[in-house]
Amino acid sequence: MLHTVNKSPFEKNSLHSCLRLSKPGANILLLEDGVYGALKGSDISEDIEASLADRGVYVLGPDLKARGIHDDRLIDGVQVVDYAGFVKLAVDAPRVQSWL
Amino acid sequence: MVTEDTNHEGGQVKKFLYLNRRAPHGTNYAQEGLEVALIGAAFDQDVAMAYTDDGVFQLKKDQDTSDIGTKNFSATYGALGDYDVTRVYVELESLARRGLTKEDLMPLVYEDEDDDWEEKPLIRFVSEAELRDIIEEHE
Repeated sequence: MLHTVNKSPFEKNSLHSCLRLSKPGANILLLEDGVYGALKGSDISEDIEASLADRGVYVLGPDLKARGIHDDRLIDGVQVVDYAGFVKLAVDAPRVQSWL
Repeated sequence: MVTEDTNHEGGQVKKFLYLNRRAPHGTNYAQEGLEVALIGAAFDQDVAMAYTDDGVFQLKKDQDTSDIGTKNFSATYGALGDYDVTRVYVELESLARRGLTKEDLMPLVYEDEDDDWEEKPLIRFVSEAELRDIIEEHE
């Protein structure tokens, strides 16, 4: 299953709820303001690091670039995808849940 | 005559502090807030800007919106100094909570008319306690 999160984790609890209510084996895609959740060394980065043990975490490259975040600032293990990668994640998943 | 208390129209000059708490691209708040502040400054209002919470992301350097199809308004922050907005505060605690440092922000400058137009850094980094006092001082 694919979960998408498009809100900043420092402003809304969407990412927190997604991490709490997603299951092992799920993929999580961070996009729009959600990409801030992929930053290394933040107040919430440990939550993402913990989820990487049994879930895939992806982040949308164009949204990172718009916000001035280079790949070397991301939590290790988080994978950057382009729009085609986003489509593939969605097509390959039986269901998509958006955390707004 | 222009004094500290009146502008050239003879109206009252208020001390405005624009408190910026939203990230730049997911919503319009940042761009519109910046425009409102610059318009106020153009009409001789005393404008200061404070960036806290997700607002600090507005000043992140290297923003490039060419792949998301929106205007890259981050260049507009470079106009703050030209509009005599020389008090731009960034809260250090908000940066740290987001894994950012001072060096992550755009190196904004202004020309100091009281010091032979010398180019000086625009951003003043402040602590949470200092920002509390700054908010109290403004109308």
